[in-house]
Order: sequence, then C-alpha cells, then structure tokens
Amino acid sequence: MAKTVIEINKKIKEGKAVVVTAEEIIDIVEKKGVAAAAKEVDVVTTGTFGPMCSSGAYFNFGHTKPRIKIGGGSCTMNDVPAYTGLAAVDVFMGATACQDGDPKNSVFPGAFKYGGAHVIEDLVAGKSVALKASAYGTDCYPRRELETEIKLKDMNEAVLFNPRNCYQNYNVAVNLSDKIIYTYMGTLRPRLANANYSSAGQLSPLLNDPCYKTIGIGTRIFLGGGEGYVVWQGTQHNPNVRRGENGVPEVPSGTLAVIGDLKKMSSEWLRGASFTGYGVSLTIGIGVPIPILNEDILKHTAVKDEDIIAQVVDYSEAYPQVKPGSLCEVTYAELKSGLITVKGKNVQTGAMSSYSKARKIAELLKEKILKKDFYLTDAVSPIAGVGSDVSIKMLNEKPLKNKEL
Amino acid sequence: MLKKRIVLTFPSSLVSQPITYHLVKDYDLKFNIMRGLVTPDEEGRLVLELSGNKNSLNEGVEYLKNQGINVESLAHDIKWHENKCTHCTACIPACPTQAMSVNRDTMEVSFDKEKCIACELCISICPFKALVITF
Repeated sequence: MAKTVIEINKKIKEGKAVVVTAEEIIDIVEKKGVAAAAKEVDVVTTGTFGPMCSSGAYFNFGHTKPRIKIGGGSCTMNDVPAYTGLAAVDVFMGATACQDGDPKNSVFPGAFKYGGAHVIEDLVAGKSVALKASAYGTDCYPRRELETEIKLKDMNEAVLFNPRNCYQNYNVAVNLSDKIIYTYMGTLRPRLANANYSSAGQLSPLLNDPCYKTIGIGTRIFLGGGEGYVVWQGTQHNPNVRRGENGVPEVPSGTLAVIGDLKKMSSEWLRGASFTGYGVSLTIGIGVPIPILNEDILKHTAVKDEDIIAQVVDYSEAYPQVKPGSLCEVTYAELKSGLITVKGKNVQTGAMSSYSKARKIAELLKEKILKKDFYLTDAVSPIAGVGSDVSIKMLNEKPLKNKEL
Repeated sequence: MLKKRIVLTFPSSLVSQPITYHLVKDYDLKFNIMRGLVTPDEEGRLVLELSGNKNSLNEGVEYLKNQGINVESLAHDIKWHENKCTHCTACIPACPTQAMSVNRDTMEVSFDKEKCIACELCISICPFKALVITF
C-alpha cells in the first residue's frame, strides 16, 4: 500500500486527501487497526507551541542615502542589540538578547521584560521599532550614524531562523533544594512544590516521527502562522539515545533547525517570553505534516501520551552541576493530569509549552491542506538518524596557550 | 450578612495605627486578612474580606477613606489578559486558591476572580505578562 508524497499531493489537489491530526489518528487506529488506517489516511498533522531560546531573525533594512556599513559596527532595535558581523545592512536579532540597561540578574531575580524575542514579536505585530546604528565609515559607506523608525514591511528581507526547535521530548524540572530557583523551565519552588514540563507529547512533531522517516531537510512546515522549512537537524540533535519499543526517545533527543518568512507570520503564533530570573525566549508555533507513506510511519503517528516517557530532573543540583540520572520517570498522560508522584510526594505540574495551542496548530494545518493551501514536500535529505555518528558532547575545556591573544 | 473584599493602600503615617481594631469595635465588622504587606516608614497594603450588615460595611469603608486610606475593590486587583495568555499552564501550580485553573479536556486556562486573593504569585511566573496587578 506504499504511497508517495507526489500521490498524496495529487489527492490534496483533487480534494480527495484524508487528513487527520495526531490526536484524531489515535482513535482511528484503535477502531480500525494500523493496516486499514494506513490505507485510509494520507496525512497526519502535528503541532507544538513552546519556548525555544535558540531562535532569532535576520533582516536586510535596505540601504540608506548616503550609504552606511552597519556590518562591523553596532546596531540596536528598541535598544536591544543586534549582531552586526554581516554585510552593510544585514543584522541578526537573537531571541535572548537583552535591552541595553536591563539590570538582568543584578537585581535578582531579573524580570527580563523586553528582549530580542519581543522585538521580533512587535515587528510581526506590525509595530514600528526604533532602529539605531553606528558605523566606522568607509569610502564606499561614508555614513556613521543612523536613527530611524522601521516596520517589517519597510525591510527587504525579514527571515525567522531557529538553529534549534521542536525538541523531541524534554526533562520535567523540579527543585529538591530549600530555596526557590528561577530557570528556563520556569520558577521552581523548593522541596518539590511544583514540576514543570515542556512538550506537546502525542501532538509533538518529532514524537510522531521518532526515527525521522519523513521529517528531514526540505520538509515544508507551519511556522509562526506562516510557512517555513526544516533546513537542518537542530543544534544538540542527539538521535542515539535510549528509546522505548515504539522508537520514542525517553530522554531529550532530536531537534530541528527551521526557517521561514517573518513577514508572513502572525503574533498569535509567535510570542516573546520573559522568564523571571532566567531571561528572554521566543515561543513559536510549529506544525509538521507527516505523509503516511506506509504502515510503519502511520503506526508511529498513533503514539499516545501514556506511551511517552519523560525524566524528572532536579534543577537545583543535578542539572546545573551536570550530574547524570533522573529522579523518576513519568508519562505525558500523568503530566497532563496535573499531578505526578516524585519521591513519594504528590507534585502539581505546569507546562511551558501550550497543549491547547499545539492542538489548534495541528487543526489549522489540517484545514490548510484540505483547502489546498498547503502541499507536502519530500525531504531533500534525511537528518542524522539512529545509528549515525551524531551525538551531543560536553565542552572539553583546555587551558589557553597564549593568553595575550 | 454581606461580604466585601477590599484592597487598602495606606500612607506611612498610618502604618502604625490600629485601623482594623476600629472596624471591629466601632462598626461591628468581621475581618479576615487575606494578604498584608506593611513595612515601617513606607506604604502599607492590606487585602481584607469584611463581613457585616450593609450599613456597617458602607460606614466602615467610609471611615477607612476618611483616614486617608485608598480603598479599592479586590475585583480590580489582578487582571488576566486572555488575549495575552497562551494557555501554557505555568501559573497553575503557583496559584494557592485555584483561581487559575485548567480544563483538562481542552487544556485551556481560565481565571476565577472570586477565588483570587491577590497573592501575586502568578505575576512573575507568567512568561507572557498575561497576569497584571491593576493598582
């Protein structure tokens, strides 16, 4: 019964494609079985809406008259510094960049009210931002200073680029110490007062294609309300980890690097996030369609929250000090119930990623495909899979040979 | 018997005054301190639930205002901006009264003002600034 992406796209064009979400496929498989479901269903849509610090956007502002070479100079947008080590009017705004003058954690815990992610969100919302730049001046780019209001529509290019997103499973963070801690997994109150997780579980893209059989370089995706593409495996991609019988990793594993036109995105699906005592991050909605090319691919899309295991990790000591091991394992069904048991204690759960938004993304992507607004792509090349030589390493620190450099 | 939840903000000059004592003795009001933040030589803030008959309540509140205390209804205290909320549920374990709660079927968050005691624990936890203090 093997299908191809070309055949599926033909069915989409003819209005005959059967498209369901990663939640709906669970019931279908339970009622009809894998073989019948794989024959009937053409596409399963997934979704996730969570914070990811490894996010940002690059811009080309358009040249000034006379010309200025911001490259090698300095640049801020709403007083948040952008990276200028590029060409004359190209800059990169990273999500975690802090506004100039932000006390950060010198007044602990810092509020991190506005940063790079908020600049990107404001631009997407159509707001004007204050662009300031200074340059050293050259014969071909004589201008030294620039101050102007700028909107997204004024720019030549505005491209979201996330070196890492869509984490395939993630830790559940708790605090075993006697004092409150502030982390990228939110505020963790002492003595196991809360447990925070961050994955859409059964809706999450890479948990529905755990061995990267369809998701690869060139996969077209829903990104921040617009369209984007998977361009590479994400940073810290770690495919060779412990996996269950269903192929699903039981620890943080695969990641994706994604890109898309910021001008077509919407602030409903792209939001700056401020984590008290930690910093700024960008929360973005991603939806990945999975073409049902065979029964094996379909079987994996029917994964349920109760079959996905996450590790509970102490963020007061084990995580910062890189001590291996976890306190216990829980399933996403338990996490989503609002209560888990850790060391014999009932602990309330909270999430960093929004399941209701993930569900809406999967539904939205399904509607787009049914309306013939979105066609699937074959991956140009797979990302590093199970058995590849790719793994995550710690930094091997070495003393500097020449400290004068 | 009526109940009223109020937020009192009083200047440093009144911090040392036994305000609540007068509410009991002179106006026959019961009070329950839901939250208090009183620092010497600075402003003080008190969240009270008052109960008593209608006239006593009105007169008691009038007495507070005459003392130079700013009196606001608690309902205006913490505001949940639904359009800013992403329903991530980060606030859920922080809320001691379940004023913030989540429907486990839809996984959507909602806010029940009646249950909110304005403890402000959620304010710094929300990454999207969907919860704000309005005074």
